[in-house]
Amino acid sequence: MLTIKDLKASVEEKQILNGLNFEVKPGEVHAIMGPNGSGKSTLASVLAGREEYEVTEGEVMFNGEDLLEMSPEDRARAGVFLAFQYPVEIPGVSNANFLKTAVNEVRKSKGLEALDSKQFLKIMQEKMKLVEMDKAMTQRSVNEGFSGGEKKRNEIFQMAMLEPSLAILDETDSGLDIDALRIVANGVNALRDGQRSFIVITHYQRLLDYIVPDFVHVLYKGRIVKSGTKDLALELEEKGYDWIKEEVDATLNA
Amino acid sequence: MSDDLKILEDVANSEYKWGFVSNFESDNAPKGLNEDIVRFISAKKNEPEWLLEYRLKAFRHWQTMTEPAWPNVDYPKVDFQDIIYYSAPKSKVQLDSLDDLDPEIKATFDKLGISLEEQKRLANVAVDAVIDSVSVKTTFREALLEKGIIFSSFSEAVHEHPELIKKYLGSVVPYTDNFYAALNAAVFSDGSFCYIPKGVRCPMELSTYFRINSAGTGQFERTLIIAEEGAYVSYLEGCTAPMRDENQLHAAVVEIVSHAEAQVKYSTVQNWYPGDKNGKGGIFNFVTKRGICLGYKSKISWTQVETGSAITWKYPSVILKGDNSVGEFYSVAVTNNMQQADTGTKMIHIGKNTSSTIISKGISGGRSHNSYRGLVKINKSADNARNFSQCDSLLLGDQCGAHTFPYLEVSNKSAKVEHEATTSKVGEDQIFYCNQRGISTEDAVGLIVNGYCKEVFNKLPMEFAVEAQKLLAISLEGSVG
Repeated sequence: MLTIKDLKASVEEKQILNGLNFEVKPGEVHAIMGPNGSGKSTLASVLAGREEYEVTEGEVMFNGEDLLEMSPEDRARAGVFLAFQYPVEIPGVSNANFLKTAVNEVRKSKGLEALDSKQFLKIMQEKMKLVEMDKAMTQRSVNEGFSGGEKKRNEIFQMAMLEPSLAILDETDSGLDIDALRIVANGVNALRDGQRSFIVITHYQRLLDYIVPDFVHVLYKGRIVKSGTKDLALELEEKGYDWIKEEVDATLNA
Repeated sequence: MSDDLKILEDVANSEYKWGFVSNFESDNAPKGLNEDIVRFISAKKNEPEWLLEYRLKAFRHWQTMTEPAWPNVDYPKVDFQDIIYYSAPKSKVQLDSLDDLDPEIKATFDKLGISLEEQKRLANVAVDAVIDSVSVKTTFREALLEKGIIFSSFSEAVHEHPELIKKYLGSVVPYTDNFYAALNAAVFSDGSFCYIPKGVRCPMELSTYFRINSAGTGQFERTLIIAEEGAYVSYLEGCTAPMRDENQLHAAVVEIVSHAEAQVKYSTVQNWYPGDKNGKGGIFNFVTKRGICLGYKSKISWTQVETGSAITWKYPSVILKGDNSVGEFYSVAVTNNMQQADTGTKMIHIGKNTSSTIISKGISGGRSHNSYRGLVKINKSADNARNFSQCDSLLLGDQCGAHTFPYLEVSNKSAKVEHEATTSKVGEDQIFYCNQRGISTEDAVGLIVNGYCKEVFNKLPMEFAVEAQKLLAISLEGSVG
């Protein structure tokens, strides 16, 4: 589904990704961990197509298409979803109206007819249950005045509505208390259907207790330096990143 | 097909039958302005002597005045001798020209949800504001008259209700008020007249659609709305103009009189031709709109969505004379490309316990300039007056300008006046967030800006709000680089 080859990217002339290789197959859940500044969020931004991030080398293929050639909206329409670390507020635009616009844009790109208000409402009500969202939240302006937990739940709710084939969760667990974490994770798990793939970026093993990954990767200095199963996350939790850093730095200096 | 459309169509068809073309030449005044032209207009309308006298007085006064230079706008001087001051509806000549429409306009109509065929019909008719008034009359006149409501063209009212016109014409905006008000008083052609008797709630929205049609003309309409004690009316005004390379002058006057416990709500969606991307052509919109709350607890509410015109100079105001009277001003002013707007309001507090609210949303894109200019004046007599003003500016891109000129004159210590102002930019983060959900940048800007204007759009009657939103999206096209 997603193949990243030798990806190099920089922001404000500073190179962050240094030849990253990575592959995701349909239905897989990959967790990406790593110390601060290792390039985790940069990877998410590059995949979503944020302008400030400049790809200098490498390629990213998504379902046989060159993802890097696509505009951010085309990537979204093709099925790439990013759950933002810091969701943006859009005052005066109701969550429901925002989502209806988005859902119908995605449908249009697939040659499907736009949903009318009634159809949309019905689907929305189903999906709201996934993240235990109450009706008032859909009528409020997008993320405006939402608590940290509400914002993250809203991201997962949007994901449920847009039904992407690849979802990237950028530190969705940051700032969540244990109840909110459980709600968010349940929402994600409900969307695992054997076809949809996930890239879960996180600092903490805790999230992976709820969203159990198929693979865990460690990102360091803009490269994936270690891959394993969920046991790797437990090991990292226990030992921290220093041993990996030492390993890598030793190889680099050799 | 809605009733309105059907009537428009009927009128359009009947036009073909009767062939108005032959009348066309004789209904044009020669270019330029002098006392003879004023007499010509008055004679054309078969006006009584007193009205001609009023026009002549206004004209003589106008000759002593100079164009105001204080607005924050920059434009070539208007040659007042190069304008046709009276032009009766043309039809066929205009019709054919629609076939040569620029594809860009065709696309615009499609975006508005109006098929070109339909638009052609509409344009045939809406070319003339009078025809639009006919449609209003034929549809509703009887139903309105049953309640004692008078809704007619200004010219008709002069003949049918001279006592009301005599009493109220110029009572809120005297011809001495300003340069353009004086000009209007001298040469005004037509407009709407509306009278709601005591205790009557007007059962429907009254609306007038203005369109500037022929080249080289100016439009000077005059509207007078009177709400007697305890009456209520909601009035809508829409306007468009064809694309032309030269600038055209529109100098209207609107007067509203609201008696005790009466309420007048006046909504405008102004979409005069704004000129092209390089600032060529477009309407100069120099308009004086003012209402007076005469009695206890009377209320006047202005809501405006200004998207058109090359230059806008407009300050719908309220004189709060009656005790406990209320004035409101809700405004969205959009400028794009080379447009310039200097718009706002004046709230003059005279009565006790009067209150006013000002919500202004300015949006600038392209290389445009958008100024809010507002005066809140609390007279010595206005005990416990209240005002709340909120002036927000939104910038799209980095070549446009937003300016705020709030004026405050408070002569009574019990007054409470609040002013809030913000300036923001549509964030790249917001746009990217929308992009990431599959929404294009253009649609994202439309969505974000509409959200920003929601407070004002909520004040518009439903159908108008929908139109306003669509207009906004169109006028913002290409505003973000």
